[in-house]
Amino acid sequence: MATTRVQLRLLAHARSGDKGDAANVGLIALEPEYYDLLCREVTAKRVARHFKGMVSGVDRYELPNLHALNFMLHGALDGGGTLSLKTDAQGKVYSTALLRMEIEVPRKVARRAKEAAA
Amino acid sequence: MNVNKTVRIASGQGFWGDWLEAPVRQVEGGDIDYLVLDYLAEVTMSILQKQRSRDPSRGYARDFVTTVERILPGIADRGVRVISNAGGVNPRACAEAVRAAADRAGLGSKIRIALVTGDDLLPGLDALVAGGEQLANMDTGRPLSDVRPSVRSANAYLGMMPVVEALDRGANIVITGRVTDTGLTLGPLVHEFGWAADDWDRIAAGTIAGHILECGAQSSGGNLLRDWRTVKRLDEVGFPIVVAEADGAFTVTKHPGTGGVVNVASVTEQLVYEMGDPKNYITPDGVADFSSIRLHQTGKNRVRVSGITGGPRTDFLKVSIAYAWGWKAIGSLVYSWPEAVDKAKAADRILRKRLKALGLDFDQILTELVGVNATHGRLSGEPDPEIAEVMLRVGVRSRDRDPVERFTREIAPLVLTGPPSVTGFAGGRPQVEEIVAYWPALMSRERIEPDVRVEMI
Repeated sequence: MATTRVQLRLLAHARSGDKGDAANVGLIALEPEYYDLLCREVTAKRVARHFKGMVSGVDRYELPNLHALNFMLHGALDGGGTLSLKTDAQGKVYSTALLRMEIEVPRKVARRAKEAAA
Repeated sequence: MNVNKTVRIASGQGFWGDWLEAPVRQVEGGDIDYLVLDYLAEVTMSILQKQRSRDPSRGYARDFVTTVERILPGIADRGVRVISNAGGVNPRACAEAVRAAADRAGLGSKIRIALVTGDDLLPGLDALVAGGEQLANMDTGRPLSDVRPSVRSANAYLGMMPVVEALDRGANIVITGRVTDTGLTLGPLVHEFGWAADDWDRIAAGTIAGHILECGAQSSGGNLLRDWRTVKRLDEVGFPIVVAEADGAFTVTKHPGTGGVVNVASVTEQLVYEMGDPKNYITPDGVADFSSIRLHQTGKNRVRVSGITGGPRTDFLKVSIAYAWGWKAIGSLVYSWPEAVDKAKAADRILRKRLKALGLDFDQILTELVGVNATHGRLSGEPDPEIAEVMLRVGVRSRDRDPVERFTREIAPLVLTGPPSVTGFAGGRPQVEEIVAYWPALMSRERIEPDVRVEMI
């Protein structure tokens, strides 16, 4: 099957927040049928590579009922809470940082996602 | 019990500093039974503690008192009952201030105020540690003795139990300290429906209802990423309302005619907010399983939530301890086109050399270029060489105040002694801020719950 690379922003929406020095990102499929694709392509290992140098480790949890994946990004906040000097001390925009990631998808999925975004 | 009975719980505040009009609009905009106002986040308790250490009459969310004054008619005449953790680290002072406000309004006899205490562990902390409580840091495993002299506040997260008792005793307003955000919503559901404390599926359902309400408009269109341009009239956004049923299912909605949106996307984004392991969402009252949640759009701005299951509560309560860590300051300057990024980077190099030459010791120096990498770091890629402007933002932190203080005097000099086309320094020197850090721990609930009290004020 012919595939192509697309940014996650075309396939998912997301929200993030903080838990101590970790940030979480909930990644939610824009269409239910994208969920399996996200499960297959957006692995904890790939997310860790995406955030290399920015986080110390990644855990992934699956929520098929919400067509969502939850990622815990450990060590993401330079100490977190009041300790962090970062603009994003509470991890509010790790969500959109994850949506920059590119994954391999079938061409027809990419076409459909691009049409929906337009 | 009437099986068709529903209970309407409205969120009026998602954090301390949220929209002041929201609670008034929730009370006046339609029928509600309860108004819940969440004021506390991890960092909030330490801020409130700082206030109380300066003035023993403070240490609670004072906005809450003026909010109550505005909604007193709704409480007195329409029977809306208010539940809030606005008490912070001084719930007694908060309850007394609300009592005084009700009396001033001539409604004193109509308003029964319940005060919940027993979450504050600071007075007995040494006895607890001497008695063998390690209060080890949940993240690092270190014992509390590492930081004991610097501890500023220590509060147990209490669950819904004292809220239920307060409502059972007829309170119109329930004021607590560190009761969980979710306990504020679960409490009235248990009170109304008579759910057993070990009816784990319903406890989990009420907990998830609380999670959906606890961040205010974040579940009704605020901060909603999906199709954000289509979310209309956020200027008059309706805060979320849960219409709960006796079996644990509930509908999320908002008052008619308000702005924002309640849809599957808005509720889902809130469900995953600050989520850890979704199958084990641990609260003092039970463990909720977010993988059991079913969402259905049942009408315009109506999402039905059902199917929720949960498991037994643990033997432990979480304890939130705040301790003085050190000091920090953040300074900024703005550089304009042309070559704004290079100018900002050059200024940063000069600043760092000067700090080094002064022999200042910092735990961390963090440089961000706002407009280039402050939100997504290196993932943002190379900046546009023609970028119109960049804000250089440098933060430092240290265990000692002196180097941080000295740092604050090194920003302004860059204006006349550094790279050109610099502006944006009108705010004066950066402020030195104390860092009060957070120490999460667990403690046996048997050692905390016997001291939890509900009194009518």
